[in-house]
Amino acid sequence: MEIVYQMLLAAISSGTPLLFATLGGILIERSGIIQLGAEGLMLMGAVTACLTYLQTGSLGITLLAVCGISILLGGIHAFLSVSLRANQIVCGLAMTLFGAGLSAYLGKPVSGLPVPRAVPKVDMPWLESVPFVGRIFAQLDLLTWFSFVLVIALHLFIHRTSWGLHLRAMGDNPATADVMGIHVQAFRYGYIIVGSILIGLAGADLLLVYSPTWTEGMTTGRGWIAVALVIFARWNPIRALFCAYFFGALDMLGFRIQLIGSDIPSYFLKMIPYVVTILVLMFLGWRNRNKPSGSPESLGLPYIREQRF
Amino acid sequence: MSEQKPVLNKAGTISIEATQQASRPKRRSYRIEIDSTKNGSSWWIPFVSVLLALIVCGIFIAANGMNPFPVYKKMFTGAFGTSYGLTETLVKTIPLLLCGLGVAIAYRISVWNIGAEGQFAAGAMAATAVTIYFPTMPGLLIIPTMIVFSIVAGGIWGLLTAIPRTYFQVNELVTSLMLNYVALLAMDYFVFGPWKDPKGMNFPGTPMFTEAQSLPVLGDTRLHLGLLFGIIAIVLYGFFIKYTRWGYELRLIGANPEAAKNAGIRISRHILLVMLISGGLAGLAGMAEVSGVTHRLMYGISPGYGYTAIIVAWLAKLHPIGLVVSAFLFGGLIVGGYSVQTIGLPSSISEMLQGAILFFLIAGGTLSKFRLRRIR
Repeated sequence: MEIVYQMLLAAISSGTPLLFATLGGILIERSGIIQLGAEGLMLMGAVTACLTYLQTGSLGITLLAVCGISILLGGIHAFLSVSLRANQIVCGLAMTLFGAGLSAYLGKPVSGLPVPRAVPKVDMPWLESVPFVGRIFAQLDLLTWFSFVLVIALHLFIHRTSWGLHLRAMGDNPATADVMGIHVQAFRYGYIIVGSILIGLAGADLLLVYSPTWTEGMTTGRGWIAVALVIFARWNPIRALFCAYFFGALDMLGFRIQLIGSDIPSYFLKMIPYVVTILVLMFLGWRNRNKPSGSPESLGLPYIREQRF
Repeated sequence: MSEQKPVLNKAGTISIEATQQASRPKRRSYRIEIDSTKNGSSWWIPFVSVLLALIVCGIFIAANGMNPFPVYKKMFTGAFGTSYGLTETLVKTIPLLLCGLGVAIAYRISVWNIGAEGQFAAGAMAATAVTIYFPTMPGLLIIPTMIVFSIVAGGIWGLLTAIPRTYFQVNELVTSLMLNYVALLAMDYFVFGPWKDPKGMNFPGTPMFTEAQSLPVLGDTRLHLGLLFGIIAIVLYGFFIKYTRWGYELRLIGANPEAAKNAGIRISRHILLVMLISGGLAGLAGMAEVSGVTHRLMYGISPGYGYTAIIVAWLAKLHPIGLVVSAFLFGGLIVGGYSVQTIGLPSSISEMLQGAILFFLIAGGTLSKFRLRRIR
């Protein structure tokens, strides 16, 4: 029982950054824009969180700064992919490379410095009295609770509100959405920016909660795993929760096996999440070979009003 | 009230214009539209992009309390100003040229290979494996063996991306990136584990290569034979893409995959072959680096060549001559990044510049297709 409890807790703590990034990705891709810059956005979120928290010591200001940077970067992404209708794949690559370079440059002075504990745990006595799960709930912090709320809110938003319907419409067929009177371009801007904020928060969560020290390239591919998770979760926030925790558990699995004292070299254990990502994607591709993947139908196609398809 | 009317304009693009009713006063108005007949961007875009990237990064440097002009000057003279800097730049050009060419071939048919870093590592490991497991191989044989092994290893690493893409419809971006981490972890395992030099005082690297296992160098500089590999590869690429049926098919797939499919071209076979070549070239770059420059496989052998190669290919617009120029430029950027460390700045300035250049290239590439048109 103790092992299961430890495992669950570890899965949640390493899965939460993935969850934030996946939710951000879902929101952006539902509107029809491919989001591949998650790695760069997460790195920028992490380095901003590190710099502002060490400078001010206030969680509120830190999160605001992360939001500010994410809005800026999301705005650039939106300008390139919505207004200029540039190739969204290369846009995302540029975001990743620029984010990696800029975060390495900005983070040089604080590289390796420990960041003090920033995010408080949430006390909910009535929840903690629940057997077994109560013990897990007692350990969760503010950002993790926020991610739970976000999953439910996004699920309701996408599937139960008229705005959510509009969102799905513009991802599947922007021309139809436009005819319905939805301002596709403006809404895409909005969703890219909100999604970018969530991805930036993923970076902040990674730095403030999961591994509180800035190191160059500290996301080690988590942004890209989040890109894959959007596909596993079939663009659905509830599924994203389970997928993110599954990958969180995989991430910790290698660590645990090492603690038990196995003689498998740690390098091979660290490969687990990457290899499993590829295998799961292949499995999904094989299983869905004759079915739609659930992806928004106009994903990656820039929308031009006058253009006929 | 306005009435929608399709108009065939001069450039042959169809645009729907709202024609005003006659009662309204006539007013000069302009509209911005995409000229879809124009393919490719203008020649000046790369230059403007580099300039704008320098300005934007200059702002960041200034925000850090440094004057950007001396910093850029230092970078420039560090990379191109001295004969030592110039040969160092050329040394860095070699892997960038080979990796950049590799990804450029893949991008030709819209296969987004971002796994050059892992393919580079796979090639470097394969070449080193030859030196470790066949240490007594005669001198004339060993270099060709290393070359073949590295190309095969890089190619297999590339195929690991292409097979999921063609047979399982898996996005190649995610796979190729995941494989980068796998390859780099495998390399760490070898240099920290079984291949570590027993006499190396715990240095994470293999034993030094012998004279026979190293590529010949030019005089007493560090410039090695790998430059020739790069030039040969570029010439072959330029020839094949322009004058052979295979090159024509690649260009057709790149221009219009749907038409290519209808013309009977088997796209999946092309993807497999292209990724094999793409990975093989990056693998060759890995071999050239271990055998020509470091003379051993060691921890952190690549300062991100595989990622820089993406920008090299994009800046060159996949053109063979452009690849040579942009690989040289980015080689200089890496060396310049090292040289600013002497005045107390992090070398990641060069990475920041690389990302910014790519941003402006994308924006510029699309912006140059826009034009302002007066509506009468």
